[in-house]
Amino acid sequence: MKRIFVKEEVCIGCRLCEIHCVVEHSKSKNIIKAFKDENPRILPRIFVEEKGKVSFGLQCRHCEEPYCLEACMSGALYKDEKTGAVLHNREQCVGCWMCVMVCPYGVIRRDLNEKKIASKCDLCLGKEIPVCVARCPNEALEYREV
Amino acid sequence: MCIRQCAFEGHSYDPEKNEVISKEDVCVGCHRCVTLCPTNALTIRQTPLDFRANANWTARAIRDIIKQSETGGVLLTGMGNDRPYPIYWDHLLINASQVTNPSIDPLREPMELRTYLGRKPERLELDGNGGNYRPKEPLPPQLKLETPILFSAMSYGAISYNACESLARSAHALGIYYNTGEGGLHPNLYKYGKNTIVQVASGRFGVHKEYLDAAAAIEIKIGQGAKPGIGGHLPGEKVVEDISKTRMIPKGTDALSPAPQHDIYSIEDLRMLIYALKEATQYTKPISVKIAAVHNSAAIASGMVRAGADIIALDGFRGGTGAAPTVIRDNVGIPIELALASVDQRLRDEGIRHQASIVVAGGFRNSADIFKAIALGADAVYIGTSALIAMGCHVCQKCYTGNCNWGIATQDPYLEKRLNPDIATERLINLIHAWSHEIKEMLGGMGINAVESLRGNRLALRGIGLTDTELDILKVLPAGR
Repeated sequence: MKRIFVKEEVCIGCRLCEIHCVVEHSKSKNIIKAFKDENPRILPRIFVEEKGKVSFGLQCRHCEEPYCLEACMSGALYKDEKTGAVLHNREQCVGCWMCVMVCPYGVIRRDLNEKKIASKCDLCLGKEIPVCVARCPNEALEYREV
Repeated sequence: MCIRQCAFEGHSYDPEKNEVISKEDVCVGCHRCVTLCPTNALTIRQTPLDFRANANWTARAIRDIIKQSETGGVLLTGMGNDRPYPIYWDHLLINASQVTNPSIDPLREPMELRTYLGRKPERLELDGNGGNYRPKEPLPPQLKLETPILFSAMSYGAISYNACESLARSAHALGIYYNTGEGGLHPNLYKYGKNTIVQVASGRFGVHKEYLDAAAAIEIKIGQGAKPGIGGHLPGEKVVEDISKTRMIPKGTDALSPAPQHDIYSIEDLRMLIYALKEATQYTKPISVKIAAVHNSAAIASGMVRAGADIIALDGFRGGTGAAPTVIRDNVGIPIELALASVDQRLRDEGIRHQASIVVAGGFRNSADIFKAIALGADAVYIGTSALIAMGCHVCQKCYTGNCNWGIATQDPYLEKRLNPDIATERLINLIHAWSHEIKEMLGGMGINAVESLRGNRLALRGIGLTDTELDILKVLPAGR
């Protein structure tokens, strides 16, 4: 089972991971269109936490026994059997935001446009390497076996 | 993102207009924002402020006078001489075998780039019989290089710890050496000691017993090509906690090395220091002496060899620096090509060429420059600026500010993170592999399979566009002869 890990000693806080996450999950997959034309703009699923010189990108940890899955009252959050990733079904989500409350890492964000959760990392749905890992200019994100 | 990436505060966000605006006058041309912009939206151009065309009163000459009238200070700059003096490497051409001598294919046949630096004995007496011969006397200590390239002296302080670590790791992986410069050696890098040449410079920064013990060779720095005649300079902004500890100086003070080494006022003093270091290391390590290429380099080199130096390091006027007065960098010293040719020739004429290896430095840009240097007599070549460019440098010449956006010439921990040692090490290894392969191709093209056959072989070169005097100094025939 592969997960994304961060090397905070080389994260430079540039937030290119956030930008490429938006592009990957956009309709057009084109950076100019995704940021200028698409409305509402997609939220990134990775967040760069920064204080002073320490920074790192954080996204859903795809826990073995996820709190969000237990808290979800509509069953919109489910575990993918093959990869063990925790995925989200937008149609089934009712926007109660209990998952947001219960996530110990705070990596689920609320989509205020449609009143449903929007951003939670989905490991780029089966891509060989998630785009945040592939596009980090300083190789601060690693995709490897747990 | 460009806003965060620019340490010179060239970009900023205007919330009223919801726009990113740029301050053109602080841009140093380091290309950091350009390289990282995900939409390639940025490009850098020289600010179009044209003075009236004047070959003598150039824009630079005028601006420098204005600046000095305002500040009363010495103008500082970084990196090597950027003035349009002739580059002799670009006037030397390499031979290739045609018909009379078959060329050798480096991909199909073995080629020897291995180089040994150090004093070679006058003659070799062998003991033994059958197939089993051993030298009677042990050889003087040698440095073994898998390829005739080393990383030049760049001090910890001028460059960041991550940059030093990358140089150390790649030297180790490549089987070559890197030079600590006059910044001392950080304790975490002692483990790469076998690939380290430590420097004893005029400030004697960081010089103590463990420093000398850890190294493979010791280099006495008399001068450097970028600023012959004056000492090193590390601006106070870059003297942070770790630098202060490694160099053994107070935090925040300018580290100004004295111009001469105050215990070397004559060639006899140099001999005393060389032998003091040899005694201290039990004659197990080669001692190198580094000088800048100046007018009478040949005579000085001859004196140095007779004083006991095992390796002569010659730094030409294109050598880089973290900080130097612009007027010295741009006007003092001579081209390494001429210095090398005259030093090599003088030592051969005096019959002492074998007593020391010659390593040259100062603005080597590619494998052809290195190849030509070896043909002119060098045993190996030190590269500095090229190694930094491999790690991300774009030669903006603002090293002395400590605001290097690439994390190389800075001690700011926020900026230093940008240089990932894993990536930089790999890039340095790639560069040296590429150049070594190119050198093999050029050797093979000439029909020789060992770099030893190229060393000092002036017949391998021809000059083009050079005067008779220059050809005579280089001892190279003109193309066509």
